[in-house]
Amino acid sequence: MQPRKRQTIGEWIFKASLVLSGGLIVAVLGLMCLTLLTHAWPSIVALKWKFVTTNTWDPITSTFGAEAFVIGTLLTSLLALFISLPFSLSVSIFLGEYAQRGILSEVFKAMINMLAGIPSVIYGFWGLFVLVPWIRTFQIWVGIPPFGIGIFTAALILALMIIPYAAAIGRDVIAMVPNELKEGAYSLGATRMEVLLTIVLPTARSGLFAGTLLSFGRAIGETMAVTMVIGNSNLLPTSIFAPGNTMASVIANEFSEATNAIHVSSLIELALYLFVITAIINIIGKWIIQRTEVSHG
Amino acid sequence: MRTGHETWRQCKNNAFHGLIILFSAILFLPLAAIIFHILKNGLHVLSWEFLTALPKPMGESGGGVGNAIAGTLLLIVLSSLIAIPIGIFTGVYLSENTHGKFSHIIHVAVDMLQGTPSIVIGIAAYIWIVKPMGHFSAFSGGVALALMMLPVIIKSTEETLKRIPNTLKEAALALGAPYYRTMLQIIIPTGFQGILTGVLLGIARVSGESAPLLFTAFGNPFLNLNMNKTVQALPLLIFNYATSPYEDWQAYAWGSSCLLLIFILSLTLLTKAIRPQ
Amino acid sequence: MNPDILTIEHLNFWIADQHIVKDLSLSFPENTITAIMGPSGCGKTTMLRCINRMHELIENTRVEGKIKLSGENIFKLNAMALRRRIGMVFQRPNPFPTMSIYNNVLAGYILNGISLSRKEKDQIVQEALTQAALWDEVKEGLHRKGTFLSGGQQQRLCIARALAMKPKILLLDEPTSALDPKATAHIESLLMELKDTVTVIMVTHNIAQASRISNQTAFMYLGELIEHGTTERMFTVPKDKRTEEYLSGKFG
Repeated sequence: MQPRKRQTIGEWIFKASLVLSGGLIVAVLGLMCLTLLTHAWPSIVALKWKFVTTNTWDPITSTFGAEAFVIGTLLTSLLALFISLPFSLSVSIFLGEYAQRGILSEVFKAMINMLAGIPSVIYGFWGLFVLVPWIRTFQIWVGIPPFGIGIFTAALILALMIIPYAAAIGRDVIAMVPNELKEGAYSLGATRMEVLLTIVLPTARSGLFAGTLLSFGRAIGETMAVTMVIGNSNLLPTSIFAPGNTMASVIANEFSEATNAIHVSSLIELALYLFVITAIINIIGKWIIQRTEVSHG
Repeated sequence: MRTGHETWRQCKNNAFHGLIILFSAILFLPLAAIIFHILKNGLHVLSWEFLTALPKPMGESGGGVGNAIAGTLLLIVLSSLIAIPIGIFTGVYLSENTHGKFSHIIHVAVDMLQGTPSIVIGIAAYIWIVKPMGHFSAFSGGVALALMMLPVIIKSTEETLKRIPNTLKEAALALGAPYYRTMLQIIIPTGFQGILTGVLLGIARVSGESAPLLFTAFGNPFLNLNMNKTVQALPLLIFNYATSPYEDWQAYAWGSSCLLLIFILSLTLLTKAIRPQ
Repeated sequence: MNPDILTIEHLNFWIADQHIVKDLSLSFPENTITAIMGPSGCGKTTMLRCINRMHELIENTRVEGKIKLSGENIFKLNAMALRRRIGMVFQRPNPFPTMSIYNNVLAGYILNGISLSRKEKDQIVQEALTQAALWDEVKEGLHRKGTFLSGGQQQRLCIARALAMKPKILLLDEPTSALDPKATAHIESLLMELKDTVTVIMVTHNIAQASRISNQTAFMYLGELIEHGTTERMFTVPKDKRTEEYLSGKFG
């Protein structure tokens, strides 16, 4: 009788721990949302819409208008997305269609994995010491103020960082396009390019869109590399070569030094927006990808 | 006329293929540049003293980053201790309950957690742990990193266990084994390699993170292995030293980058080697 | 014939609202081989799984009727205790990949937390492997992984794993369908020897196999037991037309 009783208890404990672990993940997420909201609340109440519609950010006078950071975030992320797209799409097509296996495919996969493995802070460090001087030379050459650092530099580094992520998703959705579809087109005498442009890419369209969306989500929240090369200016950027700040970089710069309660709260409000936006982007993106996986078997 | 058209189509086809390869291959340039600069500036900094000694005060030469290496290892241990059991158990739950409503909610939560910016996770850990305790600590950094590790471990555990044939579980249950022993002694060990892959990938992911440590582990110029106190970490040190105006410190940052990159790449290679086919 | 060790009385089984097994009654004499035949989807595997209550692993099922093991209703027993008394062998060989051959044989004890002395273990392993006609082939490498064996050897290891628990009944679900003819012959002769100590209930697709080794044959069709009897009678003078057609290879 004794061992059976022990087993029943073991069974119960095991099943309970499984449910508890899963529940913990859900609880952490819920709690994160709640904590950010309650700690951002003082700033939300005090500043209302002015928080995102005005652009004076001055902790000394307790003026907090984050418009410049919102614009900085959108500008760097969209620019990065725009720069990265031809590259990530090419790698996706190359790995998903031209070279699904073989040495060349392994080499490119290794490259993508290495790009994905480099820590953010190293991208920022390299950007600051190598890319910034290059950009400065370029800026002198075209005759604009040679900041070096700024929105454009941050976008370049960001582009490099999101390419592996977008390419990994893109490769999967392109490789998932059913062979029968492609063979149907080949049997009508189409060339590989024609099959790609008329069959493969349109079929993988929604998956590629999801990949782009998810990379955008990545870019919005990326912190360290951007913080190191964007110039940390709280003013509204005047051009894409001007220094600026993103929502994430301003948190990284000011949070540990913020003493004023409303300053802390307004930084947390920025974190709350980052959390909500990336959460929505992730849910939509993953949902689209899951749907394509199901429809392609 | 007809053949001319065919040749033109073929040309376009080849040009397109070339363009795809060209755009893909261009990415080797920045990768090579990053690796080149890190090796060029960092490799000669690496020495026994660099790996073991503590940083010297400003103006004195020598010293090393022993505190950051120890700190990074401490943070990895702390976050692994938290994330591995919870991650594996959640993965087991998801692989066992594929269609339930609760599983669906957990899936969404895991996806959200994976997409949450690391700086936001840092803020959450700050509010949850640093604020009530009244001081920065290695423990709060470990919690922040654990949150970043969890999705990786959960997903690889779930995928691995889903691939194990159901008959293995049936065979154990048919021997009269209770469910928990079947899972703990047969199913989880069978998926060990896949789960380990996930754990190593999780470690590789967090060992380069600095944003979640800014307001938690905070950094510390001295050697510390007490999880209740602040601790230095390699990525934090790179950030602080890289943005400093002193050339000695910048050299340390290059050396640390080199070390961190070698560590992460070897972890990734190890993952490749043990990944089940 | 021997007295019955297992009796199924009016067994009904549903998955959701699908009626899979319909009012089935059948008894199994001790130390004999019963072959259960029928076209795929006739409910024979489901019926077999009810005997050691493996059907409970599937959600949304309902069972009615009684199955008596030596007079006890199995649905009143503890499921795990019941499964320890009834061995089961599956379609595909499934030795535990993380365990050595030695531990695979002892898996039933290990997984139930039953501690044994070194001597007891050695004895159980040797006995079970000998019974499963595998001892001579593996005795030199007992601590190698079971997955390195050939398919036929793996299946015999799975039989040894079941026999190690000293069951009174051995359930086999198409045990040779994944094996080559030579390995199949080996398993068949092994089963003939085993019936001196255990009662064998085997689901099979292979008509020739049933005729070669079973004492009793039962024929199921669309969830119903059409007829059963000694194998000799079933193959020579089947009463039902459907049995005759199936056994002569006209369908299925």
